[in-house]
Amino acid sequence: MKPDMTVNLAGLELRNPVMTASGTFGYGREFADYVDLEKIGAFVTKGLSLKPRPGNPTPRIVETPGGMLNAIGLQNVGIEAFIAEKVPFLARVNTPAIVNFFGSTPEEYAELAGRLDEIPQVAGLEVNISCPNVKQGGIVFGTDPACAGQVVAACRRATKKPLIVKLSPNVTDVVVMAQACADAGADALSLINTLTGMAIDLKSRKPVLANITGGLSGPAIKPVALRMVWQVSRAVQVPLIGIGGITSATDALEFILAGASAVQVGTASFITPSASQEIAQGMERWLEEHGVARVSDLVGALEC
Amino acid sequence: MQFTSMVLSNAEVSPGYHRMRLTAPPEFAAARAGQFVMVRVGGGIDPLLRRPFGIFDLSTHTPLHDGAVSQPCFEMLYRVVGKGTALLSTLHATDRLDVLGPLGTGFDLGTPGAEKLLVGGGVGLAPLYLLARHLVQQSPVRLFAGGRTRDDILCITEFERLGVECYVATEDGSLGECGLVTEALVSRLEQLEGGAELFACGPHPMLKAVAAIAAYHAIPCQVSLEGYMACGVGACLGCVTPGHGHTAETPDYRCVCKEGPVFPAHELGWEE
Ligand SMILES: Cc1cc2nc3c(=O)[nH]c(=O)nc-3n(C[C@H](O)[C@H](O)[C@H](O)COP(=O)(O)OP(=O)(O)OC[C@H]3O[C@@H](n4cnc5c(N)ncnc54)[C@H](O)[C@@H]3O)c2cc1C
Ligand SMILES: Cc1cc2nc3c(=O)[nH]c(=O)nc-3n(C[C@H](O)[C@H](O)[C@H](O)COP(=O)(O)O)c2cc1C
Ligand code: FES
Repeated sequence: MKPDMTVNLAGLELRNPVMTASGTFGYGREFADYVDLEKIGAFVTKGLSLKPRPGNPTPRIVETPGGMLNAIGLQNVGIEAFIAEKVPFLARVNTPAIVNFFGSTPEEYAELAGRLDEIPQVAGLEVNISCPNVKQGGIVFGTDPACAGQVVAACRRATKKPLIVKLSPNVTDVVVMAQACADAGADALSLINTLTGMAIDLKSRKPVLANITGGLSGPAIKPVALRMVWQVSRAVQVPLIGIGGITSATDALEFILAGASAVQVGTASFITPSASQEIAQGMERWLEEHGVARVSDLVGALEC
Repeated sequence: MQFTSMVLSNAEVSPGYHRMRLTAPPEFAAARAGQFVMVRVGGGIDPLLRRPFGIFDLSTHTPLHDGAVSQPCFEMLYRVVGKGTALLSTLHATDRLDVLGPLGTGFDLGTPGAEKLLVGGGVGLAPLYLLARHLVQQSPVRLFAGGRTRDDILCITEFERLGVECYVATEDGSLGECGLVTEALVSRLEQLEGGAELFACGPHPMLKAVAAIAAYHAIPCQVSLEGYMACGVGACLGCVTPGHGHTAETPDYRCVCKEGPVFPAHELGWEE
């Protein structure tokens, strides 16, 4: 018998637990020729702000062993162009689209949450309080539990849609942040965003990235992400979405064991555009081979 | 399109430069000059990202054994600069590679009949060969090839075989004129009565000089740019380059992989 791959994530009915991660999948359309969007659980769009954002100067990315650093700087089209140009595509796909967004004040966050709440094609919201590449808006909200709680509470009042909060790994204690967000009304938590890192060019004696530092993603960060998912899952009740270096079904299943109800695939889509779809299929095969009836049976089933 | 490609040959054509021939699916035959591919250079996670390469040539491969069907194939001309290209250079015939492409916009072939001037620096000659093959069918074509030394001047005889008149300049004078290839370009433009159209690919300072020459002579100019790419399809926004209206206060970024890599030179910002 085929295993049951469906998950209910904070009220979102997903056909399987594999989603794509914000900033690595454009607005959904960019990879549509390479991956069957209707074979994945959901996709998350590029971080959105009220006004369009131009992003950082180049170079914006550099590869590091087993990973990459990016300092895109949240370049995005802004909410008006999003509604006019990107939402029509979301309507054409029979897969939930989750919109990742950010602001520079709690009021801006709430305004965006309210605007997105009115768009029927938007299945859920993912609040980014963790971007390492903008001066305001990222760091403070992502590292101070009181500020994070304020932002989440403001968004909560502005929307009835499933509200996911995406956490930064660049904190001393991720559990404190997770608790603050859950207490403020988050329906689910995504973790992790990128880890702040840096690369240096010895020849020029300069940093490689124009922004000097960037966010590290890819296989190199998986152990950190797994640890954080596991720590948070033991402390909070809301469902978790595991993110960080997932490139295979095995990686994804490890996150599920650690306590994630779903996963997001980021950097892996750059290397294999259909990575998310293949990971979902691989998970299903694994469950079948191992006689596991429901993927939800594995959530948090780590033995330790 | 994503496909598994078989290496047909991989030979060093000049110290540090290789030319690789690879099989491709039938649809690949429609690739345009200036488009590129993203190649997975190893199976592991280091190197992690795909590497972008221009399409040097398109042709058909007919296997030697009886009854075998012909198959499209393409060539890449690449310079070994780091980990990924070093790995590529170790591959042999029958090895497999995972390829994404053809990607990007490619060159516009311009007005038939008008003289076409191609300017290439080093490995920037790569996408200009396929372009030249298309252009010679409808226009006179001249190539201006520049490099630091004679080792950087690649595949000139191939261009000549197409009927392209070639001018060579090296910075150390080891081949052709001594100096920058843009000087030869300027003297040709001064001789020309009618208009000409420029196509360039190479290091950024060379493209900047060519763009300035084109602006001065008020002739159309397309340049093929490089950007540090992660996805190649417009999703990561890592590869952007400043557009002509770009300033620190009013940023204007263009996506090299999706809107380019070929751009009309006047649409770009050349300030830095
Ligand atoms: C659209 C496009 C088409 C290209 N076509 C060709 C081609 O036809 N032939 C060819 O030889 N090269 C081409 N390049 C450049 C080629 O992609 C890089 O040389 C290659 O990715 C380097 O990989 P590596 O692992 O060997 O180097 P790495 O180990 O990654 O880096 C070594 C050094 O190479 C430089 N480098 C790395 N990536 C790039 C890049 N994307 N652009 C410029 N410099 C880079 C860096 O300065 C770095 O210090 C193209 C690039 C683009 C964007
Ligand atoms: C190029 C790039 C852009 C990103 N942009 C965003 C973004 O806009 N919003 C966000 O919440 N996360 C963003 N991220 C973080 C990813 O969603 C993800 O959390 C991170 O890359 C870790 O997962 P991975 O290792 O699978 O890539 C970005 C990551 C990359 C590589
Ligand atoms: S390489 Fe990703 S947007 Fe161009």
